[in-house]
Amino acid sequence: MPDVIAADGTIRNDNWVLVARPADGDSLDIPAGQSALIPADLWLAGHEHFAGRDDIGVWFDSHDEPELLAGKVNELPLIAVNFPRFVDGRGYSIARLLRERFGYSGELRAVGDVLLDQLQFMKRCGFDSYVLRADKDITKAARCLNFFSQAYQAATDTDQPLFRRRAS
Amino acid sequence: MYVYDEHDRQIAAERVAQFRDQTERALAGELAEEEFLPLRLQNGLYVQRLAPMLRICVPYGMLRSDQLRRLARITRDYDKGYAHFTTRTNIQLNWPNLEDVPDILAELAEVEMHANQTSGNCIRNTTTDQFSGVQADEIADPRPYCEIIRQWSTFHPEFAFLPRKFKVAVNASEQTDRAAIQVHDIGLQLVRNDQGELGFRVHVGGGLGRTPMVAPVIREFLPELDLLTYLEAVLRVYNRYGRRDNKFKARIKILVKALTPEGFAEKVEAEWEHIRTSPTRLTPEAIGKFQGYFTEPAYQTLENATDELSKQRFENREFDKWLTYNVGEHKKPGYACVTLTLKKTGTPPGDVTDYQLEQIAELADQFSFGEVRATHEQNVVLADVRQDQLFELWQRMIPLGFATANLNTLTDVICCPGGDFCALANAKSIPVAEAIQRRFDDLDYLYDLGPIDLNISGCMNACGHHHVGNIGVLGVDKKGEEFYQVSLGGDSHHNATIGKILGPSFARDQMPQVIAKLIDVYVEKRTEEETFLDTYRRVGLEPFKERVYA
Repeated sequence: MPDVIAADGTIRNDNWVLVARPADGDSLDIPAGQSALIPADLWLAGHEHFAGRDDIGVWFDSHDEPELLAGKVNELPLIAVNFPRFVDGRGYSIARLLRERFGYSGELRAVGDVLLDQLQFMKRCGFDSYVLRADKDITKAARCLNFFSQAYQAATDTDQPLFRRRAS
Repeated sequence: MYVYDEHDRQIAAERVAQFRDQTERALAGELAEEEFLPLRLQNGLYVQRLAPMLRICVPYGMLRSDQLRRLARITRDYDKGYAHFTTRTNIQLNWPNLEDVPDILAELAEVEMHANQTSGNCIRNTTTDQFSGVQADEIADPRPYCEIIRQWSTFHPEFAFLPRKFKVAVNASEQTDRAAIQVHDIGLQLVRNDQGELGFRVHVGGGLGRTPMVAPVIREFLPELDLLTYLEAVLRVYNRYGRRDNKFKARIKILVKALTPEGFAEKVEAEWEHIRTSPTRLTPEAIGKFQGYFTEPAYQTLENATDELSKQRFENREFDKWLTYNVGEHKKPGYACVTLTLKKTGTPPGDVTDYQLEQIAELADQFSFGEVRATHEQNVVLADVRQDQLFELWQRMIPLGFATANLNTLTDVICCPGGDFCALANAKSIPVAEAIQRRFDDLDYLYDLGPIDLNISGCMNACGHHHVGNIGVLGVDKKGEEFYQVSLGGDSHHNATIGKILGPSFARDQMPQVIAKLIDVYVEKRTEEETFLDTYRRVGLEPFKERVYA
C-alpha cells in the first residue's frame, strides 16, 4: 500500500499496485482484489477485456509513447508514468502530452525514482499524485511542492505565461 | 537593460530560499551526492579540483555598474578577490565555500542577478552579439528576444532534465556573426522576410565538444511571434528522442544527424503544429514591452570627433594602435564601442580582480551610461563611449591593464580555466596561453599578422571553443601526461567551420615553437590581403603540416 502525495502536499494511502511488464512468454499477473496499473500497450492489447474497469489503470515507462492511447485516455481511472532514474526527464513530456494533447482528466501519478526536488516540475506538468521513493522524507513533500508561488512559462498548471499576466 | 519587476524579484527570492533548503538537506546528508549534483549544477555550482566553483549568470552578457560592484564585494567577502569571465559571458568564482553559496545568491538577487541554469542538463544562458543595439547593420536588437528566452527557459518544468546541456545563441547582424550561432544547439539569426516581417532563421544541432558540428538550418523563416512555441517544439522533440544511454551522444546534434536535418525538421514541425497557437505564442504587446527595456540611452547629438582623434593619434602612437584595434564603430555619430581586453600576458585570460571589477564599474559610470557587456572572447565592452572622451578613457585604462591593444590578434586568446582549476580538464590551458603570449610580445608583428583566433581548451568539452579557432589547441591526456593537439581552419562566424586536426599532439613546451612555425608558413604563403584563415583555406593543411612535423 503506497503512501501517495497529492498535488497540495497532503498524504493518503491507496491500494493501486504497479504490475511489472511480464517476461517474454509469461502472462500478465494481476493480483486479485487490488487495483492494478498495467503496461499501457498490454491494456490496449486487451482492450475489450479491460475497458471500462475502474480497478485497472496503466503505466507508461519513460521511453513509451503516450500517442499509443490517444483517444482512449479518459477510459482510464488512473495513469502512472515511471521515472526509471530521476534524471530521465522524458516523463515530463509524456505528462504534458497526456493532459494537454490527449485531454486526460483523470489522476496522473508519478512513480519510480521520484524525489522531493522534482515534485515541483511534476506538478507543473500535470501530475497530481506522486509516490515518493521509499527512503525520502514524505513530510517534506508539501514544502518542496510549494517553493514557487508563480512561474514564467505556461505549462499544464497554467495556460497564462507571465508575459500575458503582466499588466501592459 | 532589463530591470526586474515584482514578479522577477519574487521568483528570484523564492529561488534563493529553495537553494538554501536544498543545500541544508545536502549538508545534513538527506540528499545523496548524485541527487544533489543536478540541483547544484542548475545553480552553477561545481565541485572542482581545489574548491567549489560558482558560475554566476550574466544574461546575454549585460552588466550594470551596481552589479559589477556587488560582484567585486562578493569576491572579497566569499572568495579570493578575483573572478573569471567565461566563454559563455558568465562570471565564475573559483573558491567559494559550499555553505556560503545561498548567502552569495541572496546578495546577487539584491542586484537582480542569479546563477540559474549556468550548468547542468538544462537550457543555459542565451548569448548574443556584444555590440547589440549599437551596430548600424543589425536587423533588430536581439536582446529583447534573449530576455524573452531567458524567462521562458527559467525553471521550465518540462525541460529541467534534458539528455544533455542546451545552448541557444541569437545573432542580429547580416554581415557578421559574433555570437557563433552555428555552433550552438539552437542558433537564431534575426532576419526579415520579403514582406519586411521580422523573424528568425533557425539553425539546430551545432556544437563543439567531442563531435563538433555546424548547425544545419531547419527553418528558413520563423515569425517572431512564434519564437517560444517553436523552441518548445524543438526542445520537446529533443527531450523525448535525444539519446540518454551515452553521455557523449546525448547532445541534440547527434539526434539531428541521426534523423537527418530534414527528418528532424519534420518532427519539429509536426509537434509545433499542435502548439503554435497556444498561449505561449508571443504577442506584439509582449515583445514591445521587452523592447522597451532596451531603448537607447540618452545620447547627445554629436559629430564624429575625426579631427581631434587624428591629432591625438598623430601625437601618440600607442593611442593610435589602441584606437585601431580595440575601438569599433558605433551607429551614432560621435560615439564608439570600446573593448577592454582582459588578456594581459601573465594574467589568465578573462581573470579580473575585485579592484578591476570596481574600476570597470567606475569607467562604465563615467564613460558609458553605467553598463558593460561581457563577450564570449572573455573581454568586456563599453558600448557607448563619446569619441571626444576616448583619449581620457584610454589613459585611465592603461594602469588597470585593460588597454593591451591586441583585440582579435593572436594573443587575444580564448582560453578555458583548464587543469589549473577545472576537474574535467585533461591538461592545463592557461600556461599554454601565457607561453604563446610571451613568445609573441611584439604588437607590431601581431598587427602585421592580422586577425587570428587562437582558442585553447583543456579538454574535449571545448569551453575554450578550440574547434572554431583559426588555430585551435586541445589539451589531451596520454598516460597521465599532458599533450596538446592542434587544429587549423576553424571559424565561428558566418562561414562557420570546424578546424582540421594537424597531426600528432605536442608537449607543452613545444607549443610556442609550433605556433611560431604555423605563423611562419602563413607569412611566407600569404598574398597581401589575406588573413591567416584566407591563406589556410587557399593552401590547405599540408604546407603547415610539413613545416611543423619536418
